[in-house]
Amino acid sequence: MKTNDVIFQTVAKVVFFMIIFFAVHLFFAGHYYPGGGFVGGLLTSGAIVLLLLAFDIKTVRHGFPLDFKWLIGLGLLFSVGTAAGSLLFNVPFFTHAYNYFQLPLFGKTSLHTAMLFDLGVYLVVIGVTMTIIQTIGESE
Amino acid sequence: MINLPILPILIPLVSAVLLLFLSKRVYAQRVVSVAASFATVIAAAVVLMKVKTDGIQTVDMGSWPAPFGITLVSDMLSILLVLTSSVITLCVVIYSFRSIGSGREAFYYYPIVQFLLVGVNGSFTTGDIFNLFVFFEIMLMSSYVLIVIGGTKAQLQESIKYILINVISSAIFVIAVGFLYSVTGSLNMAHISARLTDIGGEPIVTVLALLFLIVFGLKGGIFPLYFWLPGSYAAPPAPVLALFGALLTKVGVYAILRTYTLFFYHDQPFTHDILSLLALLTMIAGSVGALAYKDVKQILIYNIVIAVGVLLFGIAIMTEESIAGTLFYFIHDMIIKAALFMLGGIMVWITGTSKMDKMGGLIRQYPALGWTFLTASFALAGIPPLSGFIGKLLIVRAGFESGEYVGAIVVLLSSLAVLYSVVTLFMEVFWKKPKLPQLHAKKQTSSLFLPAAALVVLSVLYGVGTEAVYPYVMQAVEALIHPEIYIDAVLKE
Repeated sequence: MKTNDVIFQTVAKVVFFMIIFFAVHLFFAGHYYPGGGFVGGLLTSGAIVLLLLAFDIKTVRHGFPLDFKWLIGLGLLFSVGTAAGSLLFNVPFFTHAYNYFQLPLFGKTSLHTAMLFDLGVYLVVIGVTMTIIQTIGESE
Repeated sequence: MINLPILPILIPLVSAVLLLFLSKRVYAQRVVSVAASFATVIAAAVVLMKVKTDGIQTVDMGSWPAPFGITLVSDMLSILLVLTSSVITLCVVIYSFRSIGSGREAFYYYPIVQFLLVGVNGSFTTGDIFNLFVFFEIMLMSSYVLIVIGGTKAQLQESIKYILINVISSAIFVIAVGFLYSVTGSLNMAHISARLTDIGGEPIVTVLALLFLIVFGLKGGIFPLYFWLPGSYAAPPAPVLALFGALLTKVGVYAILRTYTLFFYHDQPFTHDILSLLALLTMIAGSVGALAYKDVKQILIYNIVIAVGVLLFGIAIMTEESIAGTLFYFIHDMIIKAALFMLGGIMVWITGTSKMDKMGGLIRQYPALGWTFLTASFALAGIPPLSGFIGKLLIVRAGFESGEYVGAIVVLLSSLAVLYSVVTLFMEVFWKKPKLPQLHAKKQTSSLFLPAAALVVLSVLYGVGTEAVYPYVMQAVEALIHPEIYIDAVLKE
């Protein structure tokens, strides 16, 4: 018998976006407040796992048509690239750069290359978590 | 370029990431991994020349000055080991083309090998004790994957034991680093060493020394802690076994060498006596195992244990001569173990069994393989013109000079055990009458044989050209015997 989880699915659709926004908030807050790439990535994959619970693996794969293993590679590329960028400027490996910029919507904002490194962490965490969960979920 | 010491870590890391994207294209993976391994060897050689001319090279990560940031330190010891492991990885990668099988190749085998090299090169290069732990974990996690990849029954059984042991030893490592941090207040190895000199002979330092010995002994396979090693190493296929046998235990021995020359040299009568006692027991246990088995893999695996014992004994004596011998033997043993496991893998592949008494008569069909294996066996035992000789000679001489007669004699007797075990192997496998002649028609082995033979040639050159290697080794010994050189280079005082 097929159960009818219309309430669960409707709530999941709404809550999914709330979790994603909170995750992005945590990710960007990392430099000045608790948060950062790791917890942001975990929360993002938590949101996707909620969709996996409410729907099924096929539907979610239709919604996110990407191989999560690629995210791991992409994230590592970001992190290594940020660190290795210092090779071009002949400063010690991992040396970061930052400055303040006048952005149109945000006003005076500090941009820091550590954020690109964190973006790599964020992508790797999503990639690893989702690969683990999908692989276990699919194996019979 | 100030980032030179990074390159032997960075190149395999970047190539591993690229290989993740190429997982289904086996041919592209092979090209990229050979190119990357070759580039790593070149980079390591360049750093070696730089260290030779300009002394110890350091890089402060992220431009943070020495005790506060992570510092990577390439002294002569670490860059020699980095170069050796890069060369071995290059040969093993080429050897894998034929032997590892397409199933494993399509499932991230090559990226994991590169990650293993990242961990090994990083462990040799780092100057920060917690960073050492992180690189250990990179190396161990890659080795977990390599031991289980393929998923045969034996691999699954042994990987459980292997992972369990290593998780426990990693936990002890973290605890030990925690204690060390609470005693010294620093994680930078040079800074810790300077602080420990101020503290001097506090008993807590001796306790820490033993705790680190337990940790690195579990990783490196010394006497009471080697129990996991024979089973776990017998499970994976030959190229993985060659990587493990050549690199993994040696990183543990390197960590003992580094900590016992840089940190824990204040209470030598106690710590180094324990070290030499354990070294003797390790050699005896390894010899017993090597003589007892009638199995190609097990004989070679117990030879790892013997070699770890010899190295440990060299560290325990702690004179200039014995450390020089240890370094000579260290590099020789990495090369020759990789070569022997690769040759053993070919023998197992030809006959389809690793049981010695089911093989026989291979010399008729594979003369080159046979004589190369015999050369490698003699090099392993330390017959004079070959590579194992000078290291053992220096260790034994230093042992007699400092009154460790029992130890030196055990080293000599263990060489006899090594020689007996591998020559028995040679006689059983290559001479005798073929047991099942129709079973093995001649197979094409050249693509497997060439990388193994290249390592044997390298080891012979290393033995013959000892005079050329000598200044490099002595520069490394200089920094190990006088830790002030290392501390000054890192803290730039």
